[in-house]
Amino acid sequence: MKRLISVLVLILCSMPILADLARGETAEEKGLMIALEAERRENGFGDFTAEMRMELKNRHGQASTRLIRIKTLEVKDDGDKSLSIFDTPMDVKGTAFLTFSHKQGDDDQWLYMPALKRVKRISSRNKSGSFMGSEFAYEDISSQEIEKYTYKWLRDETYDGRACFVIERYPVDQENSGYTRQVTWLDQEEYRAWKVDYYDRKKSLLKTLVMSGYQQYLGKYWRAAEMQMVNHQNGKSTGLLWTGYKFRQGLTESDFSKNSLQRAR
Amino acid sequence: MVKDKIILIVGFLGCLVGGFAGIAQAHELSGFLAVEGRFFTDSPLFTGQEEHNVSLALQPEYYHQWQSGLRVTFVPFGRLDSADDQRSHFDIRELNLLYPGESWEVRFGIGKVFWGATEFVHLVDIVNQTDGVESIDGEDKLGQPMLHLSLPRAWGIVDFFALPFFRERTFPGQNGRLRSELVVDPEHPLYESGAEENHFDFALRYSHTLGELDFGLSYFNGTDRQPMLSPGLNRQGAPVLIPYYGQIQQFGLDLQWVFGGWLWKLESIYRQSEPDHYLAAVGGFEYTFSAIMSTVADLGLIGEYAYDDRNDAATTPYEKDAMLGLRLAFNDAASSELLAGIIIDLDSSARIVSLEANRRFGERFKATLEAGFFVDLPENDLAYSLRDDDFVRLDLAFYY
Repeated sequence: MKRLISVLVLILCSMPILADLARGETAEEKGLMIALEAERRENGFGDFTAEMRMELKNRHGQASTRLIRIKTLEVKDDGDKSLSIFDTPMDVKGTAFLTFSHKQGDDDQWLYMPALKRVKRISSRNKSGSFMGSEFAYEDISSQEIEKYTYKWLRDETYDGRACFVIERYPVDQENSGYTRQVTWLDQEEYRAWKVDYYDRKKSLLKTLVMSGYQQYLGKYWRAAEMQMVNHQNGKSTGLLWTGYKFRQGLTESDFSKNSLQRAR
Repeated sequence: MVKDKIILIVGFLGCLVGGFAGIAQAHELSGFLAVEGRFFTDSPLFTGQEEHNVSLALQPEYYHQWQSGLRVTFVPFGRLDSADDQRSHFDIRELNLLYPGESWEVRFGIGKVFWGATEFVHLVDIVNQTDGVESIDGEDKLGQPMLHLSLPRAWGIVDFFALPFFRERTFPGQNGRLRSELVVDPEHPLYESGAEENHFDFALRYSHTLGELDFGLSYFNGTDRQPMLSPGLNRQGAPVLIPYYGQIQQFGLDLQWVFGGWLWKLESIYRQSEPDHYLAAVGGFEYTFSAIMSTVADLGLIGEYAYDDRNDAATTPYEKDAMLGLRLAFNDAASSELLAGIIIDLDSSARIVSLEANRRFGERFKATLEAGFFVDLPENDLAYSLRDDDFVRLDLAFYY
């Protein structure tokens, strides 16, 4: 009897572990599986165009805005290509960025300066630099390729009424990233990110990004209409308001060339 | 002269009307209006020069794109200067039609093209003439009539330029500062070609990206944009410098290589003309430190070296010079930026120091404060006549 109880206890105790072992899953593997599933659901969008309104607020609540148009092309077996064109402020109107993101290594990036008609190659190595004076760093707005991070599942948790996975990710390029880790809340139903906490190189909480107003396009792809990034250390915040999402516009590689960069506007 | 002024004023009014008449809604209209003041620390050296100057510049931009993809751009520019009637000038920077096809792109009209990689000296860039009255950095250009065909291919982009009409360089007049001791006579330039300014120039460029490397190979055949200046007499019998525009062939190379956080740059030209030929090059690096000293500011360092195998006979001031620059970008909402640069002549003690600070005010105003200092220029330096022209310039621009 005693032996039977101990065997039963042993079996009961080891069941979750056994289940995990059967799936061969550690917290790191589970984190990666979640990230892969989120990416799988993004696959096949082809291309999209959208308008983005960027609102910069300082700690006194004073705001300034930038209007940016975005074009993105999905690239098979590599990172996306994207073109960002500034409509305002008026003194930088026509300024444009062309980015070829890569799964491995640094992204390729070019800047077009309309007053000089000059295309300049820029280094994407400094990932932590501010994107146009906003609280978004280049690494926050660049294409979020799976290979740029390693992952770890932390826990399951209800966030804002949704059952969520809480996963942590660590930049592969630790030397040039501004972060030691990022904690993301993804809902279990649609794998949409709702919140991200960014921890700086000193491991303290630097910024929080909150997404809202998700809408589904082509019956498959979810895009947030609003992204609010709050910097806890300097009191500044940046809001990104997305409108006019259009998918599968028939964009091709030639829409992402240096020629198209020069006539982007 | 009177006729020139009338043309200038009509042009300016045209800009204003174009700027404010509010052409139909579907069409895009933007541009800027800027007020500028230049203040010089020393009294003028040469007769006729006025001490300081203020000026007004206007540059509207009209753009429209049709359903077919065809687009039109019109960018007139005008400046009215209180001191220098040569600096008061009107130019059509752009007036062209651009059609992007599937595998080709064609542009017809007055346009602007930039070739190059380095920051201080632009050796390769040759399609557009320098608007020499606008600034001393040579980055302002005059509109160039052209037929431009671009063929983007998997193995690179090939650009052909037919340039049917030549634009003379602009130079400060008698009353302006930042000029040579003898003024350049704009009325009667000399040309090597019998066709004078109607000589048909052409250019082509092949450019490509290979991983971390962007490069361009270019060829130009036609009228040199840089005139030789020789003393002479104008029609009134006064001593002036007469510009002479020779015929040249220029082979150019420009490249930029990204190596981690480093940008390495090189521009080189080989130029053939009668009676000589020469080689010139400029190369250097740019490195940016981001988020310096626990702020969000970026600090960029630029170092370049320029070489010209004609040495002291060079017609450009960069024959053996080192250039150092600092670019501090505050990454704030106002896009505040500070640039500092020094050009050092390695054969003499001559140095040119420049400082520039700019920021936005609100959404539509931009202020630029610039200063230039000419230090220890020896008598044989091409810039010797600028020795007493240290200046501070304030520019306030309104963008619409």
